[in-house]
Amino acid sequence: MSDNIALTQAPRKIADYKTDLKPIWCPGCGDFAVLAAIQQALVAQQIDPKDLAIVSGIGCSSRLPGFVQCYGLHTVHGRSIPAATGLKLARPDLTVLAVGGDGDYFSIGLGHLPHGVRRDVNITCIVMDNEIYGLTKGQTSPTSPNGHVTKSTPTGNEAQPLNPLALVLASGATFVARGFSSQPKQLAELIRLGMQHEGFAFIQAMSPCVTFYDTYKLYKERVYQIPSDHDVTDREAAMRYALETDRMPLGIFYNVPAEKTKAQRETISFDIESYMSRYLA
Amino acid sequence: MQRSNSVKGDLIIRVAGESGDGSNATGEMLAQAAARSGLYVFTFRTTPAEIKGGPVMVQVRASNSPVRSMGDAVDVLFAFNQEAWDLHHQDMAPNAVLLYDPDEFTPPDSFTGIRYPIPINALATQAGNKRGKNVAALGAVATLFGIGAARLEDIVRAKLGKKADLLELNLKALQAGIDYAKQEIKKSDSFWVESQAERELLVMTGNQAIVAGALHAGIGFFAGYPITPASDIMEGLAATLPKLGGGYMQAEDEIASIMACIGASYGGKKAMTSTAGPGISLMSEAIGYASMAEIPVVIVDAQRGGPSTGLPTKMEQSDLNIAVYGGHGDSPRIVLAPASVAECFHLTVWAFNLAEQYQTPVFLLSDYSLSFRTETIEKIDYASYPIIDRLKPPADLPADQYKRFELTESGISPMALPGMAGFNYTASGLEHNEHGDPAYTPKAHTAMTEKRWRKFEPLKASRDYVRRFGSEQAKVGVLCWGTTAGPARGAVQMAIDEGLSVALLQVQMLSPLPEVAIQEFIDSVEHVIVPEVNYSGQFAKLVQGTLGVKVHSFTQYTGLPFTQTDILRKIQEVLGVSEAITA
Repeated sequence: MSDNIALTQAPRKIADYKTDLKPIWCPGCGDFAVLAAIQQALVAQQIDPKDLAIVSGIGCSSRLPGFVQCYGLHTVHGRSIPAATGLKLARPDLTVLAVGGDGDYFSIGLGHLPHGVRRDVNITCIVMDNEIYGLTKGQTSPTSPNGHVTKSTPTGNEAQPLNPLALVLASGATFVARGFSSQPKQLAELIRLGMQHEGFAFIQAMSPCVTFYDTYKLYKERVYQIPSDHDVTDREAAMRYALETDRMPLGIFYNVPAEKTKAQRETISFDIESYMSRYLA
Repeated sequence: MQRSNSVKGDLIIRVAGESGDGSNATGEMLAQAAARSGLYVFTFRTTPAEIKGGPVMVQVRASNSPVRSMGDAVDVLFAFNQEAWDLHHQDMAPNAVLLYDPDEFTPPDSFTGIRYPIPINALATQAGNKRGKNVAALGAVATLFGIGAARLEDIVRAKLGKKADLLELNLKALQAGIDYAKQEIKKSDSFWVESQAERELLVMTGNQAIVAGALHAGIGFFAGYPITPASDIMEGLAATLPKLGGGYMQAEDEIASIMACIGASYGGKKAMTSTAGPGISLMSEAIGYASMAEIPVVIVDAQRGGPSTGLPTKMEQSDLNIAVYGGHGDSPRIVLAPASVAECFHLTVWAFNLAEQYQTPVFLLSDYSLSFRTETIEKIDYASYPIIDRLKPPADLPADQYKRFELTESGISPMALPGMAGFNYTASGLEHNEHGDPAYTPKAHTAMTEKRWRKFEPLKASRDYVRRFGSEQAKVGVLCWGTTAGPARGAVQMAIDEGLSVALLQVQMLSPLPEVAIQEFIDSVEHVIVPEVNYSGQFAKLVQGTLGVKVHSFTQYTGLPFTQTDILRKIQEVLGVSEAITA
């Protein structure tokens, strides 16, 4: 393909990032807005679908790759981060997103999250957090509040909710943000900025489950914008916002350049004869 | 020292001591020296699971003919200390020779065999470095039995030459061991092995051969997590793969290892992970995903004793079931098992080729004994290996006609790679239609299940993954897999030498089973013995269940490989031969 063809092509629109598959989500699900925000971010950057890969785990939100024109890798529960990391390491030319829910990233796959952060490979991780297990019809999740009555906690959740943003900040994350599905414009912008970040970008997208834990009203009462004078390179300040649990700050908590620890290596071609000569008796 | 006129062309020397006392290095350098002198070598070693302390041993079998097993009784035991004597003297052949340090211990009077006291501690101390006792031992043992005697200095220089001052002391200790053996020992045994030919051999371990095979096959990505006995596969690729432009990742656990490999393979790179049984247990769900989404990936399982943490530094052949059947649902996969270091190279290349050709996970079932043992192997004809890449959509196919999981006659459908415009699809663990979109209808699940299994039909009829040996018309057939093929082949040869009618079939592919070749072998004999190192007879049950035949399952679960004699006795028992064995 010559560059001329690409140049003369009309700019890609939202429709160019849609597939024929209809999302399986309930009407009103926050994930619709997250999907739309991802597509907006793709339009904003004019990402070619052939060079885009979206990796997911299991859960309602993890069905997302099928709804976007992209190469999709819909893996097993909780494992999208290592799969996305392997894909990006193997194919640095691709744009790689990892998407899923709070069950994927904060429960069964939690062990991979700090290591994804530590490796700081250039992938954008978007967690659709609804504080509930939706696909399995309403059990408590790692981010569900204490005392939360669900089918799996009929007398109330005895555990404390996990704090994902504090966790990733403590692990050394270089890009940390939170958005809300009811504020889709900001969410799209956060995703765009996360994709621009040249390391592991972590975005918590609050995305209510209308069927099993409708938190729209609650979130709308609690959310507020992180003030514009917040220094996004100040990790302690970011941590203070992350530790706020009564209210729900939205925006970029932390954003510093990813460390370029990966040395550019000169690569050589492989010759089996010369490799094996080390084993000659 | 006088040389005896009687020469045995095949000698087994065991050097035993304590972890950290250098006895391991004596054995390893002896093996290297033997290989460099043109002898065929096969080592066997045991180590404790802990880092420091505990008994260790290295056994070196050196021969003028190719060797396929560690052998049986020990011809020469070099016991570095009392415990080494206590643990190993019962493995000595009736005419075996004992070497020992008289300053460490005195063998009991009940031992009536030939003994040569070699004061290795004193010799090394006099040479100026007490730690040089392993080198003094090397000098003595090579001088007494001929093995590698001409190449000792080369080996010491190669192994210990990094520090000039230490090297000098080590060379002095080596000479002290040689001089002591020549001047102070009156050789009264008949053991002597000297190379009779110039041979160009490679000397390497099973793990090293797996790394080399992976590189030759074109590996582009590796992810792994440290575990005995597979770690040095990871380390070998960490040292080479990034220089070649490949991806490498030390993962946070085995689930991450296999998922990273699946991600890389989805992106088009040939990917491999290596682990042992505990890691396979963790990977099981992901392996099912690779089977379902038809993503090529190679998984090395260096088996050790199980279940659970089990015996981390012992061998066992007990992961066959999890390799063949592991994971939920019907998840077809290919399982290969090498029997030797040479086969580690050979089958690793084929593991990649088959993974690519059939778009499936492929296991390579090695084991602890094979991971760490050193063998000499003949030069490999690298050009003889075809290197197979996965089927991709034809260049002229209109994108709107592309179906990732197209129901083809062979079951194999072209796999698009990210970057190919218009061919994008989602690789899902959900049941899917030909396009890859979720589909749960009875029709879809039936068609896709059959597609995934149909791919392997040609392999069931293949004769490329069995090796036959022994009598043309045999009464007893020994059917085996993995490293048990080594001692089994020795046992079959011994039985044939006794005039018995025996043949062996080594099966290199355990899933799918090469049914045609196995059935033919079983039909050609009256009795089938299936020796394997596990309790439940996993391979015997697999063969019986698949082919509906009856076999004699013969199992051992000591954490150690069979000896040739173990299997010979079983052959004799099945044949009703009762005479005493003279091994």
